[in-house]
Amino acid sequence: MSLFPETMPRPEPNMDDAGFWEACSNRRLAFQSCNDCHTLRHPPTPVCPKCRSTHVHWQEAPEIGEIFSFTRIHHASHPAVSDQLPYIVAIVTFPELPGIRFISNVTETDSIHIGMQVRLWWDDIGDGVYIPRFKAI
Amino acid sequence: MTSATKKPCIVGIGESEFTRWGGITDCSQFQVTAEAILAAVRDANLDPEDIDGFASFSNDSNEAMLMQVALGVPVVRWTSMVWGGGGGGSTGAVAQACAAIEAGHAETIVVYRGLCQGQTRRFGKFGQGRTHGNFVSPFGFFAPAQMLAPLIQRFMHDYPITELHLAEIALSGRANANRNPRAVMGGRELNLDQYLSSRWIAEPLRLYDCCLETDGAAAVVITTRERARDLPGPVVEVLASAHGSGPGWGTGPLGSHNMPDEDYCSTNNKQNARTLFAKAGLTPGDIDVAQFYDHFSGLVLMALEDFGFCGQGESGAFVEEGNIRWEGGKLPINTSGGQLSEAYVHGVNLINEGVRQLRGQSTSQVKDAQTCLVTGGLGVAPSGGLILGRV
Ligand SMILES: [Zn+2]
Repeated sequence: MSLFPETMPRPEPNMDDAGFWEACSNRRLAFQSCNDCHTLRHPPTPVCPKCRSTHVHWQEAPEIGEIFSFTRIHHASHPAVSDQLPYIVAIVTFPELPGIRFISNVTETDSIHIGMQVRLWWDDIGDGVYIPRFKAI
Repeated sequence: MTSATKKPCIVGIGESEFTRWGGITDCSQFQVTAEAILAAVRDANLDPEDIDGFASFSNDSNEAMLMQVALGVPVVRWTSMVWGGGGGGSTGAVAQACAAIEAGHAETIVVYRGLCQGQTRRFGKFGQGRTHGNFVSPFGFFAPAQMLAPLIQRFMHDYPITELHLAEIALSGRANANRNPRAVMGGRELNLDQYLSSRWIAEPLRLYDCCLETDGAAAVVITTRERARDLPGPVVEVLASAHGSGPGWGTGPLGSHNMPDEDYCSTNNKQNARTLFAKAGLTPGDIDVAQFYDHFSGLVLMALEDFGFCGQGESGAFVEEGNIRWEGGKLPINTSGGQLSEAYVHGVNLINEGVRQLRGQSTSQVKDAQTCLVTGGLGVAPSGGLILGRV
């Protein structure tokens, strides 16, 4: 069972972020890293903002992340979340990946705080698409 | 160097009636917007034939070239639209109009925004096709209140900012709206108990921390100082305007929160504020009254810091001391009730209120106000501000 019902918006990969979603389909959370200056970036962009190189590789994230900030959402701005209220959206960072902030959900917890550690899990939303979400450790 | 005769001035302001979301059903959004523009032109003692430029922002759907036809404007010499959604470009559109006037591209420009959301879409609802939507929508991150809430959460974690400080923004705005007959929340008082018992929208934001959803339109007329001097009405000078964005903010709160660590709990205005005060030759202490873009209470606290009215993390103490209140405050803010309690016209109603203060026409008039700061949408890209002055 996925976290949200099937009416939830799904990722629609485009030419700039296809690599990210391809990794996700293999249940790997990976971020763009510049081949030339090794600067990490997210969301995916075609040009390195530091050295302007267009050469990238995908660096896999560790399973454990940290809550940088969060909100617990009580108002449904889309019908797909009406039965899921409240739910938590958090900004997750990884000490090993400086410069990366990743928007995701934190599940299986009633309490959450800034600095809390969370563990990656894969939400199977069907048709071979997997969404990276997190849960309390 | 701007020649003194071309220093831009605001000579007219106009508004439609403001109603609750979906309240305007008897005429189209385009008509409401056209009428707000006509009201502003009349207020300036000008005729539509005098207009030769239009500017707006947030992909306003009331197209300038159609507006030209509808209003019978014979010649348009300049138009502009500021990038970005929401109200980030409200003061930016005025900044562009000022630049066009200073450069001689046009002489009399109308900046306008009209939205009857009941006729189009609901603002707090999910918008398809957002840039980087793949990294927000599948996670249930849809609306600006949700996307900006983590900034405020972090702000309250890093600094001595409490729910009582957020409440003060809402309560002060409502008290001002209660004196303003145009305000949608004009007759409705709000006290701290009601605030604290209101429902959560996206923690730490409660219902009363979030702007209204309303129908309405607002417009301002900007012209050269030379032209302004020939008009019988009061003149307000745009002493300085600035808009822009810091690093990472383009995929900031509405994207993957890519702002730098030191800017995270901010409104994307530290650079704009420096530019603005330097251009005007003023300091924050010289500002008599301010209209901050109050889509969400917590961002107004951050803006007090970004624009230098208090130090980093000190905005809670600043508002707790009563400094933003109309009665007795060092810096009364959002004197019409703002977007929390007057109406949500993406910030153009805040510009109008700034002009009213300097004309001595506000329903919460700051005695002898000479200068007013007005900001654009906070925490988005671009953001910006204006410093208006009495001539
Ligand atoms: Zn690079």
